[in-house]
Amino acid sequence: MSSVTTLPAEHHAEHYPNGMIRWLTTTNHKDIGTMYMTFSLIMFFIGGIMILAVRAELFQPGLQLMRPEFFNQLIGVHALVMIFAALMPAATGFANWMIPLMIGAPDMALPRLNNWGFWLLPPAAFLLTLPFTLALFGIGDGALATGWTFYAPLSVQGGMGVDFAILAVHILGISSIMGSINIIVTIFNMRAPGMTMMKLPLFAWGWLITAFLLIATLPVLAGAVTMLLTDRHFGTHFFDAAGGGDPILFQHLFWFFGHPEVYILLLPVWGLMPHVLSTFSRKPIYGYKAQVYSFIAIGLLSVVVWAHHFFTAGMPVPALIYFMFSTMAISLPLAVLFFCWIATMWKGAMSFETPMLFAVGFIVLFGIAGLTGLILADVAADAQYHHSYFVVAHFHYALFAGGIMGVMTGVYYWLPKWTGHMYNETLGKLHFWLTVVSFNLTFIPQFFLGLAGMPRRIPDYALQFAEFNAISTVGAFILGLSQLLFAWNVVYCVRGGRKAEARSWEGAEGLEWELASPPPHHSWDIQPQIK
Amino acid sequence: MTSAAPEACTKKNLAGKPCVRSNKTRFALLSFILPGIADAAYNFNFPEPVTPIARETLHIHNEFMLIITILFVVVFAIMIYSMIKHRKSVGHRPANFTGPRSALQWLWVLIPFAILLFIDFILMGIPAVKAIVNMEDTKTRADMVLKVTGMQWKWQYEYPEAGIKFISTLATPRDQITNAEAKGEHYLLEVDNPVVLPVGKKVRILLTSTDVIHTWWVPQFGVKRDAVPGFLRETWVNIDKPGIYRGQCAELCGKDHGFMPVVVHAVPEPEYLAWLDQKKAEAKAAAGGADRTWSSDELLAAGKEVYEKQCVACHQASGQGLPPAFPALAGSKIVNTPLLDMNGKIVKDSHVDRVMNGKPGTAMQAFRNTLSDIELASVITYERNSFGNRRGDMIQPAQIKALR
Repeated sequence: MSSVTTLPAEHHAEHYPNGMIRWLTTTNHKDIGTMYMTFSLIMFFIGGIMILAVRAELFQPGLQLMRPEFFNQLIGVHALVMIFAALMPAATGFANWMIPLMIGAPDMALPRLNNWGFWLLPPAAFLLTLPFTLALFGIGDGALATGWTFYAPLSVQGGMGVDFAILAVHILGISSIMGSINIIVTIFNMRAPGMTMMKLPLFAWGWLITAFLLIATLPVLAGAVTMLLTDRHFGTHFFDAAGGGDPILFQHLFWFFGHPEVYILLLPVWGLMPHVLSTFSRKPIYGYKAQVYSFIAIGLLSVVVWAHHFFTAGMPVPALIYFMFSTMAISLPLAVLFFCWIATMWKGAMSFETPMLFAVGFIVLFGIAGLTGLILADVAADAQYHHSYFVVAHFHYALFAGGIMGVMTGVYYWLPKWTGHMYNETLGKLHFWLTVVSFNLTFIPQFFLGLAGMPRRIPDYALQFAEFNAISTVGAFILGLSQLLFAWNVVYCVRGGRKAEARSWEGAEGLEWELASPPPHHSWDIQPQIK
Repeated sequence: MTSAAPEACTKKNLAGKPCVRSNKTRFALLSFILPGIADAAYNFNFPEPVTPIARETLHIHNEFMLIITILFVVVFAIMIYSMIKHRKSVGHRPANFTGPRSALQWLWVLIPFAILLFIDFILMGIPAVKAIVNMEDTKTRADMVLKVTGMQWKWQYEYPEAGIKFISTLATPRDQITNAEAKGEHYLLEVDNPVVLPVGKKVRILLTSTDVIHTWWVPQFGVKRDAVPGFLRETWVNIDKPGIYRGQCAELCGKDHGFMPVVVHAVPEPEYLAWLDQKKAEAKAAAGGADRTWSSDELLAAGKEVYEKQCVACHQASGQGLPPAFPALAGSKIVNTPLLDMNGKIVKDSHVDRVMNGKPGTAMQAFRNTLSDIELASVITYERNSFGNRRGDMIQPAQIKALR
């Protein structure tokens, strides 16, 4: 993909309104990408503060800081904020910034839709968290207190926080679907001449599968929460056995979306990983086709394994066996990815700048998520792991080490391209080491807590769990505070720092590195030719 | 309980008594490196299993842990080797291969996947299928049935063959939870009425719920199953060792999800039968009491007791509730409705109606099937004459009986 005939782009004047109007009205993919990333960073800290309050309460047995009702609100909203308002927007921000640059397109295919897609996010996040504020003024009883999974009938019983969350999920879903349509249309129609689908950068491939998964599964979630809304207010009985409904139906619908959602969050990260590994190993990507086919296989498998999220709800033996084996089958394409990542590093000439450190950290820790996921698929053992802290630890290895650390890999990797400055390398490395150590300090004890029998989502616990919880809380606070280094480093990099070259990294390959750093406001006015 | 079996190591042993711990040797190395941790009697694995399923689960878990640890070490040893050898700073020149080229390389690439296929579907898969079939076989040669009903936030246990049922609630005092007094040894894992089961008998457990989904979990039984409102779920246990086994609700079920423990006393069969007889006698005595006329003082005293067990979590000791989710009883419009209509029937949305039939879609459940006539009559009478409510009337257990 590096064999490119670059044409001198004629840069017309970079005219746009100033101040707030620029950001409100922009249709430029770079501006919108920047807004997505900024929004994501802010929400990452808001979600983080929520869970630090939770960890503070769990520092010792007994209730110290909050009532159980409030505790339940914090855990659910933490999850929704982190998934829908931090991780997904970060991935969309990457897509907005990088896909046009990487495929040689002047912008996204549907720029106005793009603008709308972003500006739906802040109101949705506002709606999600508004009930906290309303409760302070004595209106309602706070935010969604059912956990992020909305399980009926608990959510039918809940206060108006549930309605706010349903509305927020609808808006976030609309935003994501519009973003997905835009990405699919852009990739299918606006690739530079000569860039066949099998020359498409892997990052774009990962996002393409994510986009299809979003379009396939978000409407199911929207349907499920709408049924919940009518059960709550309009007398339907979808999830009420007394009226002929079934509470477990909700779980089926929710996880039909919920399981692919995991891959929705991770596929963009798996897509960017080979670029980073190849850059810092100074060696081409290993197994490009194998990775593409694995993405497709994982996408397909992800929509047929959902019931492994509620094995304990009770289902027929053949169903248990089917969902167990289909879930285990995901380990095969995933193993292909791990193989390709390591083979990309093999016999390279590696150097370990911050993005590479995060990439390696990602591979190892995400490996733990994958391996514990494999044993969680086993129905017999799952009866013990399920609903326990073992699961909490497992999915944080997937979504923090896999998701968030993957996003950080991308941010450090592309920051020089976006800002035209190099970030502070020492600070970046410090951030990496603090993150990795404190992350493990937080979550390794949670594996043991789960094995010892501590259920998740409890505000207070028996004395046998005290030590591990204390360690976990200490780890969580270090982890949270370390992220301030990240924010500081990003701000520092935006405002100044050493000038970045067009090809910011020695081994970087791909169209995006042919453009100046930062790229001009309008790039690829004339599409490059790929030979 | 007279059972003298050593308490299994499910908690930090505060009294410093020796306790039996499985997998001790497994962590001997770790304990050697980290003596502080070993002293604190941390649990690094499942608690001691006491049913065939729990033993099988522990065995499977240990085996899987070993497999994934080997996978982890092997894969990342290769990666770390590469990270040390193939560095720019040691002058390694990058290769430029992008995939397997020769037949030998293809072989190298395919072998790991063949191994993974074997691990997934043979090594792990076959024992897993066997375990599932065993776990789901609830009916074959079951000796007795225990029906478990989850409700916010307590468990009801019913022995259908013996015709007895009772409610089991958290026994830890509120003051321990709010840190006003020192926490007891079994903090949050103690109940007023533990469920009693005989050892060596296959007990088929049926589960359901009256309100939201709960999950009945005793780690040492290796059993975890959801209690779904409107449906019956089932599982089974065959406890092979007398003792006291503790667990918790595992599915988020509202505000007191963390405060609905499960405590099972497993005893030899004669002891179990004696307990059963005693429970039957108690139930008979209670039923007899429903027919006589109770004085208001008796009802108030009994009602206070019921209120403090069944109602206090939501409506609070002061009767002020936690509005808006849990309304106040003090000065409540509903509490201050007339007891019954002129024909002695329930008025819709009256106090008696609400207590007996609940309010669908809220945490207020129907107590008609969970409380006895005496309990219902006394708690209704108590609520009408407490927290500043001065109705001055009372309802007799016999009246409740007639309403059923």
